[in-house]
Amino acid sequence: MEPAGPGLRGQAPLLLLLLLQAAGPAGARAETLLDAPRARGTSSIPPSPASVVAPGTTPFEESRLPVFTLDYPHVQIPFEITLWILLASLAKIGFHLYHKLPTIVPESCLLIMVGILLGGIIFGVDEKSPPAMKTDVFFLYLLPPIVLDAGYFMPTRPFFENIGTIFCLISAVDPVAVLAVFENIHVNEQLYILVFGESLLNDAVTVVLYNLFKSFCQMKTIETVDVFAGIANFFVVGIGGVLIGIFLGFIAAFTTRFTHNIRVIEPLFVFLYSYLSYITAEMFHLSGIMAITACAMTMNKYVEENVSQKSYTTIKYFMKMLSSVSETLIFIFMGVSTVGKNHEWNWAFVCFTLAFCLIWRALGVFVLTQVINWFRTIPLTFKDQFIIAYGGLRGAICFALVFLLPSSVFPRKKLFITAAIVVIFFTVFILGITIRPLVEFLDVKRSNKKQQAVSEEIHCRFFDHVKTGIEDVCGHWGHNFWRDKFKKFDDKYLRKLLIRENQPKSSIVSLYKKLEIKHAIEMAETGMISTVPSFASLNDCREEKVRKLTPGEMDEIREILSRNLYQIRQRTLSYNRHNLTADTSERQAKEILIRRRHSLRESIRKDSSLNREHRASTSTSRYLSLPKNTKLPEKLQKKKNVSNAGGNSSDSDLEAGPRCSTCSLGPDASCQNSSRRKPPRPIKWSGRTRWTWIPGRINPAAPQLPTVKRGPPRPRVCSASPSFPKATLAPCGVTVSTKASNPSRPPGWSEGPRNLETGRVDLGARSLNGNGQSRPGGTGPAQLWRVT
Amino acid sequence: MGAAHSASEEVRELEGKTGFSSDQIEQLHRRFKQLSGDQPTIRKENFNNVPDLELNPIRSKIVRAFFDNRNLRKGSSGLADEINFEDFLTIMSYFRPIDTTMDEEQVQLCRKEKLRFLFHMYDSDSGGRITLEEYRNVVEELLSGNPHIEKESARSIADGAMMEAASVCVGQMEPDQVYEGITFDDFLKIWQGIDIETKMHVRFLNMETIALCH
Repeated sequence: MEPAGPGLRGQAPLLLLLLLQAAGPAGARAETLLDAPRARGTSSIPPSPASVVAPGTTPFEESRLPVFTLDYPHVQIPFEITLWILLASLAKIGFHLYHKLPTIVPESCLLIMVGILLGGIIFGVDEKSPPAMKTDVFFLYLLPPIVLDAGYFMPTRPFFENIGTIFCLISAVDPVAVLAVFENIHVNEQLYILVFGESLLNDAVTVVLYNLFKSFCQMKTIETVDVFAGIANFFVVGIGGVLIGIFLGFIAAFTTRFTHNIRVIEPLFVFLYSYLSYITAEMFHLSGIMAITACAMTMNKYVEENVSQKSYTTIKYFMKMLSSVSETLIFIFMGVSTVGKNHEWNWAFVCFTLAFCLIWRALGVFVLTQVINWFRTIPLTFKDQFIIAYGGLRGAICFALVFLLPSSVFPRKKLFITAAIVVIFFTVFILGITIRPLVEFLDVKRSNKKQQAVSEEIHCRFFDHVKTGIEDVCGHWGHNFWRDKFKKFDDKYLRKLLIRENQPKSSIVSLYKKLEIKHAIEMAETGMISTVPSFASLNDCREEKVRKLTPGEMDEIREILSRNLYQIRQRTLSYNRHNLTADTSERQAKEILIRRRHSLRESIRKDSSLNREHRASTSTSRYLSLPKNTKLPEKLQKKKNVSNAGGNSSDSDLEAGPRCSTCSLGPDASCQNSSRRKPPRPIKWSGRTRWTWIPGRINPAAPQLPTVKRGPPRPRVCSASPSFPKATLAPCGVTVSTKASNPSRPPGWSEGPRNLETGRVDLGARSLNGNGQSRPGGTGPAQLWRVT
Repeated sequence: MGAAHSASEEVRELEGKTGFSSDQIEQLHRRFKQLSGDQPTIRKENFNNVPDLELNPIRSKIVRAFFDNRNLRKGSSGLADEINFEDFLTIMSYFRPIDTTMDEEQVQLCRKEKLRFLFHMYDSDSGGRITLEEYRNVVEELLSGNPHIEKESARSIADGAMMEAASVCVGQMEPDQVYEGITFDDFLKIWQGIDIETKMHVRFLNMETIALCH
């Protein structure tokens, strides 16, 4: 940062006081900007040494020991930088304090306004134009974090799926501004990817074209050779940048393979390598942005697996922080630089530029989309196109480039600056503010997860697989071909090289965790039951369930589906610049903790009410679901031994029972799951909702459940059983009439699943009636009432 | 394939029956021969020659679909043991792209046929309905690619989907009603929002036979 206002003389202290009084509470947000005037005051102090007690003003005097000195130049640069950043962050806080404001006005607008304000004040004080941002600073320091942040969190799969489209939509768009605006409106991810990807890739185009035209202007004549050289240069720049990025990305991944002993500096590697890729690319005059993006995207996959959880969190947060800082600084700079004497106003030129830019963008998008839609299976609708065109915000990069123009070559530089600023402001402010209402108006396909029904998701995935399968059979190269090829190569070589071997204990840890989850859920479930003994409360529960699945459950389902389905199309979490959505595993971990606490409480309560034998039997039955050769963790192992010693007789029933408790097949039916782990159902299901679905609990000895017909109809799911070829499904609010109407069903094993399904639905009922009698002893619904 | 004359006659016949062009038929025939090892028919085991299919979680359903009598239009249930080239083409014809020259009614017909193909994949016991068990089976297979997903989750998901389907297809149900399963009409309803006809096609003209190379 250049020193501000170099012109002020040494009456700094007086000026300081004056400023403090004069500036006052400038701006709308008094509380946030109160610091600002003071800050600004100090920041406009000139470099000349200013001491309150001035030992230096009279150099010929003997210098006494100063009691109190103010040595500004010493710290000037860091001081100003810190103040600016602080100011920007405070402005952000203020911005977010008004809840409505962020939804109407995008943050970038705010930041620019703050910048203008600042600039105005500096200008007013100083009568000189405020410092122009040095392009070095911008390109070397401010831009990389933003791009790194975007590239690191970019969902790679959709990016590559749409890469063709992205390449086609090239007209200079600025990633900074786009991101700033788009994050708020949650346009569907495809759109997001398109615009963002396009803006990233535009760097290659923009910078190269810029340099190209600059040199063209400087040359006397332009020959065809030069044009071709320019085009070649474009490709070299882009591809070279990408190569550098990928190369360094791999090295970074490789490095992290060995860092397990020094976890603390793991994040450092990520940032260093990324920045290195940027600078290296810049050194060769290649596209630094492409390099850093490629590096981040390459690194992401492997680093994620190698670093510890904490390092990963650190990386994420630090990256967000850096990019946030950069972004705010950039916008403030823009605002500051607006005010000043840098301008030359020429209506015609400015308006024409603005109009031309907009028209060009719109045309480009629409025309090119026509071409693209011809190739795509899912065409971009008109609304999508409109948003893309609209989202073409000019911003920081354009601005910096304009300032880069050498004045010698461009005598009308100021004109350009003015025009550029107008365009930028127009796009950021007007378009930025209006994009949200427009999106709502046009009802672009927002990425609203709730709209996609679970069954649709299943069907779509199923269909994708079918299509891929058929393509494979025909030997047709679907567009999955390259991806699968890469995946194979990746798995075979790259992963072995770049990812550390998995520690053996991790699988046991995860198994243990799963057991805990299972345990916790059951505890929570039973806990719930015991606290809700009456039908009335169950009725209430039923009321709310009549609607449908709770949104929480649906989300859970969707999440599971999206994360775990074979990845033909991978959903991604919605991208948000300023927040990090909690990882599912983090949430799960929290959930586990909550439930464990709950379960412990319950178990303590239950301890007194159930006898030991029963407990023993239950704990054994729990482990039946594990494959034989699973190594149980110590603690559980002991329990198993204890319980084995105990209720043997009572266990035999269960042991004779199904090998896997999660299969609804009888004991004789072969269960393919025997070799798999039997981890629990997803959390968040039963505890809160005491709900129907919880399938798969076998309740072998449950008597015929007359309970089913008890009380008001409850939602239930009745699964098919061996003796019943067709499943009868009873959605919410529907009674299962099958139970009561089929008394002829033989009791015993094959009954188990169905009993369980239907019976278990009225958890409350059963606790009181049907299975009530089995509770106190023996092999009742052991699995359910399990206590530790 | 005998004399060229009779071959082209056959080709024309096939063209008429299945709607493929002669180029496509020739390419598919080449592929058929690769799969069958120059035999006139294909059995289920021949599909093991397609290595990429191994990665597909619903592999068994896909292979089964080739032999399903309903898809082959040879019956209303059951599986054939082997299929000849004509049957192969019949199955493939479900994946033909929609002809732009077709009118609305034909498009609807095509769509229905494609969806029926999918329906048969779900409804493995040919009962005419997708029962809960079959649905669960489907979801389990879909999620089978991930060893960490619990079978219970799969079942829960299937149950959820079934409920949804019920509410979509039948709306609010009386307390005493029982939902038997998803019929084909319900299935159509579910797929209403999705334009299957544009998605469900394979570009048959650009086939490579590289898949067999490993």
